[in-house]
Amino acid sequence: MTLLTDRPKVSDDDHGAGGHDGEHHGPVGIMKWLTSTDHKVIGMSYTITSFVMFLIAGLFAIMIRVQLTGPDSTIVSQHTYNELFTMHGSLMIYLFIGPFAFGGLANYIVPLQVGAPDMAFPRLNAFSYWLYLTGSLIMIGGFLTVGGSADFGWVAYAPLSDAVNSPGAGPDMWIVALMLTGFSAIFTGVNLVTTIFYLRAPGMTMFRVPIFTWNMLVTGILILIAFPVLFGALVMLWCDRHLGTHIFSVVGGGVPVLWQNLFWFWGHPEVYIIALPFFGVVTEVLPVFSRKPLFGYRGMIFATISIAALSTAVWAHHMFTTGTVLLPFFSLMSYFIAVPTGIKFFNWIGTMWRGSVILNTPMLFSIGFLLLFLGGGVTGIFLASPPIDFATHDTYFVVAHFHQVIFALVFGAFSAIYYWHPKFFGRMLRDGLGKISFWLMIVGSFVMLTPMYLVGLRGMPRRIAEYAATDGWTFENRLVTIGSLMIFVGVAVTLVNLVVSWRKPVFCGANPWDANSLEWATSSPPPHHNFDSIPPIRSERPVWDANHPDFTTHDHGLSPAEPAEVSV
Amino acid sequence: MLTRLSNVIPRTRPSSAATSPEPLNRWRARWARRAGVPVVLLLGSLLLSGCNAMTFGGFRGVTVQAKDEFKLWQGMLIAGFIVGGIVYALIFWSSVMYRRRHADYIPHQFHSNKPIEIIYTTLPILIIVGIFYFTVVTENEVDAVSSTPSEIVHVVAYRWGWQFSYDSGYNVSQGVLIKTAAEPKLLALPFASNEYPRLLLPQGETVRIVLTSADTIHGFYVPEFNFSRYAQPGVTNEFDFTPTTIGTYSGQCTQYCGLYHSEMRFSVQVVTPAKFQQWLTTTQTSQAQGAA
Repeated sequence: MTLLTDRPKVSDDDHGAGGHDGEHHGPVGIMKWLTSTDHKVIGMSYTITSFVMFLIAGLFAIMIRVQLTGPDSTIVSQHTYNELFTMHGSLMIYLFIGPFAFGGLANYIVPLQVGAPDMAFPRLNAFSYWLYLTGSLIMIGGFLTVGGSADFGWVAYAPLSDAVNSPGAGPDMWIVALMLTGFSAIFTGVNLVTTIFYLRAPGMTMFRVPIFTWNMLVTGILILIAFPVLFGALVMLWCDRHLGTHIFSVVGGGVPVLWQNLFWFWGHPEVYIIALPFFGVVTEVLPVFSRKPLFGYRGMIFATISIAALSTAVWAHHMFTTGTVLLPFFSLMSYFIAVPTGIKFFNWIGTMWRGSVILNTPMLFSIGFLLLFLGGGVTGIFLASPPIDFATHDTYFVVAHFHQVIFALVFGAFSAIYYWHPKFFGRMLRDGLGKISFWLMIVGSFVMLTPMYLVGLRGMPRRIAEYAATDGWTFENRLVTIGSLMIFVGVAVTLVNLVVSWRKPVFCGANPWDANSLEWATSSPPPHHNFDSIPPIRSERPVWDANHPDFTTHDHGLSPAEPAEVSV
Repeated sequence: MLTRLSNVIPRTRPSSAATSPEPLNRWRARWARRAGVPVVLLLGSLLLSGCNAMTFGGFRGVTVQAKDEFKLWQGMLIAGFIVGGIVYALIFWSSVMYRRRHADYIPHQFHSNKPIEIIYTTLPILIIVGIFYFTVVTENEVDAVSSTPSEIVHVVAYRWGWQFSYDSGYNVSQGVLIKTAAEPKLLALPFASNEYPRLLLPQGETVRIVLTSADTIHGFYVPEFNFSRYAQPGVTNEFDFTPTTIGTYSGQCTQYCGLYHSEMRFSVQVVTPAKFQQWLTTTQTSQAQGAA
C-alpha cells in the first residue's frame, strides 16, 4: 500500500488552460476531435468508433445467420461467407470489445476515478487512438481489394494464412491493421498502468481504488504481457508471406503449430483483457444499485490478479486436439480459473444480498451479464476437460460457449453505456426504452445460444457455409437466427434511445445514481480539468461517504491524519 | 452463516405490505397455483424422458473410447447443473427478493464475511480437484493406443478431401475438388450422397488411425465417436478406435481450411469383422486388377 501524500499536487497546467475556473480555451468542433489530447475526448472517440465497429460486425453476424437459417443455402457464396465470419470475428474482437473497454471506457473513467486531471501521457493517448482508427479503416478496407478481405478466420491459422493459400492484399491489410491496433493497445496499457500507479489523488491508496480501475490496471499489465507476442507472430507471418522465410511452413523446415502457440499465448490473456474491464463495470454497477458496498472488496482484487496470472498459463487449451500439448497441465490450469471467477460471482451475489436492489436499465444489464457469464463459464469448465473438448472441439458447442461469454461482456458494455451516459453527456437515457432493449437482448441471447449448444453436440462444425437437410440441424439453426434477430432489434432500440436522449434531453446533475466513486463528484460532463475539488477519500466509496456520513464503512486502511478536503 | 447475517439486518418493508399482508398472500397463492401446473408438467416430462434426458444432448458413443468420454460428459453435466443451478438460484433470489421496496431505505452496509468467503474459495478448489481426477482417468482411456491393433489406417487430409489407406493395401482418396483442375469444380453431389470417401472399420476390433495433412490444418471429426483430432502438416497423430455398434456415421472436417471447408466430409461405416475382411480382400483384388 502506498500513500502518495508527499507527491506534488496535480494540476492541469500542462494543457495551457490555467486556473480553476472551469473554462478551457482549446479548439472546438471538428478541430477539438482531431487535435485533442483530453482523455475524455479521446475516450469518447474510442467509444463511438468501437461502437460503430460493433454495429458493422453485427450486420455481418446477421448476414451469417440469414445464410444458415435453412439447409443448402446459397444466399451468399462460400467465399463471401468465409469473408463474413472472418471479419465478424476480427471486428468484434480486435476492433470492438477490447478498444471499447480499455480505449473508450477506461480512457474516460479511470482518470476520473483516481481523481487525476488526465492520463499520464496525453499525447501518447491521442497517438493510440489514431493508430486504432487507422488500423480499423485498413482492416475494413480489405473489402475493397480485388481478392476481397481476409478470409482465413479471425485466428489466421498457419499455413492457411500463408501466401499460397491466402494470396492477395486483403490478408496483408488484415495483418498490418492488427499490428497498428496492437501498438495502440500497448500504448494504452502503458498509459493506464502509469496513470493508476502515479496519478492517484491524495488519500487514494491502492486499497481504496475502485474495482473498475483496479481491473483496468490488471488489464493494462496483461496487455503489456500479451500484445508484444501477437506483434511478433504477425511480423513472422508477414516475413513468411513476403520475405521468403519458412517460420510456419513445413516445406522450409518450419513449424505450423508455432503460430497457434504464439497466437493463443496472446489469445487467452486477450480473453481476460476484454473480460476484466466488464467485470469492473459490473462491480461498479451492482453496489450502486444495491445501495450497499461491494461484498469482499479485497477478495475481488485477489481474484482479478489470480485470473490474470492464470490466464498466461492456459493458452494451449485451445490446442487440445493438436496432439502436441501437455493435456493435464493446461486442463488443470484452466480449471483453476474457475476458482477466482467463482469468488467474483459470490461477491457479486453477496453485494446484492439483503440490499435494496433497484432494477433499472444499467442494473438489469449487469444482472444479464451475470446470467450469461455463468452459463458460458460452466460450459467453459466442460471444455477445459480434454476428452470433452475432443468431442466438441470446433463445433457449434464451442461457438455457443464463447459467444455466451463474449455476449455477457456486451451486456457489460450496455450496462456501462446506460450507467455512464449521464456522466458523458449530462443527459439521462430513457429507462423504459432501455428495459425494452434489455429484455429483447436477454431473451434473444438465450433463444440464440441454447440451440447453438445443442446443434454443436449433434456435430455441426463451426465456419461451414452450408449444411444438408439430412443433417437434422435445421430447426436449431432457425431458432438461432430468430434469437439473433431479437438481439438485433434490442440493439436498435438502444440506438433509438441514444437519438431520443439527444433530441429531447432529460438533463441530470453531477450524481444522478447516488453513486460511489470519484467520477460522480464532478459535473456531468466533467470540466476540462476534471475536478474543482475532491471529497476526502477514506474508502473505495468517497462520494457515498460524503453524501451518507451515517452509512460509511471505512474500517480498512483509514489514516486519521488525512486531510478532510483536497483542492486540486 | 446465512442465518447469522439475517439477524443483523434490519428489514424494512413498505408500509402497504406491512399493514395489509392478506392481499399479498392471496396474490402469492394465486401465482403458486398458476405456476404449479406448468412446473409439474415440466418436471414430469423431464422424469418421463428419463434416460434420454440424461444424455444432455451428447452422443452416447459407438466406440469403447466414445463411451468413456460419454460417462465423463454425464458426470460433468450433472455437476455443472447442480453448481450452476445453485448460483443461478442465488442470482435470481438476490435480484428479485431484495428489490427496492422503499425509496429512502438504505440497507445494512455489510461488506464482508470471512467464514463465507473462505468457504466459497475452498469449496470450488475441492470440486476442481475432483473433476480433474476423472478428467485425467478418462483422458488416459481415450488416448490409450494398443500395441497390437488389428488394422492400421493412414488418413491424409487435404484441401478438400480425405485419403484412407489401409496397411493391407486398400486405398481410397476422394474429395470435392480435383486439384489438377484450373477452375475449382465441385465433384461430389451436395451432402448425404454416397460420393464422400468412406472409412470402413471392423466392429469390436481396435483400429489404429495414423493422421496427417497434406496442406493446411484440418480437423478429423466423427461426432458419434465423440472424438476429433487435428490433421496437421508435419505432425503425425495416432489414436485408436474400437467400434461397438454397426452402422454408418458421418464425419467432417472441423478446422476451417479455406474455400470448400463446408464440403470436406466423409463417412465411417462399421461392419462385422468377417464382412470387413471380405471387403478388404475383394477391393484389394479389384484394385490390383484395376492397376494391372
